[in-house]
Amino acid sequence: MTEIIRFIIGFLLIAGSFLTLVTAFGLIRLPDVYTRNHAASKSATLGVMCILLGTFLFFFLEEGHFNSRLILGIIFIFITAPVAGHLISRATYNSGVSLWEKSVRDDLKDKQKYEEKNM
Amino acid sequence: MLEAIIQISLLAVSISMIGLIYRVIVGPTTPDRVVALDALGVNLIAIIALASMLLHSKSFLEVILLIGILAFIGTVAFSKFLEKGAIIEHDRDH
Repeated sequence: MTEIIRFIIGFLLIAGSFLTLVTAFGLIRLPDVYTRNHAASKSATLGVMCILLGTFLFFFLEEGHFNSRLILGIIFIFITAPVAGHLISRATYNSGVSLWEKSVRDDLKDKQKYEEKNM
Repeated sequence: MLEAIIQISLLAVSISMIGLIYRVIVGPTTPDRVVALDALGVNLIAIIALASMLLHSKSFLEVILLIGILAFIGTVAFSKFLEKGAIIEHDRDH
């Protein structure tokens, strides 16, 4: 039984650290701010949630200690990390950082003109 | 066995932090650096969880929640500053 538990914990830790490595490669290789933000706000969140779940199972099943702060941390990161990604992406667009030059479509391009017309 | 897995994942998270620091230094625009610093905070949470498992200690688990809250507040403040030029707005004049 304990070997199965250890296998599950090890699998969660390996998956989480692989996802954090994917985050770093995405931030190094992707071409503009929006794609990099896409990589950072998704895979980092899932990776750290896997690692925290592994930690919770480690302390709960190996040492018999139910830690509610880890559950609160998992829920808090799951709620706030996408919100932070959205806020920084919107601030980036409104402060005038241009998209990648091979992007084909920008639906928010006429937003400024539209708002001035309807003032 | 589990100890070796914890050490391997600690190494992987550290390499990922080095990549994020590269983006903080090089990043051509300010939002790039803010995104990379946010991801650095999230990786720091993972490092604290792995270190507390390695040390068999339950004392560091409050720090996880604390760093999560601080990283979120920092990112929100920075994005408000980039968008409006002020973090806390004053009352209207009229």
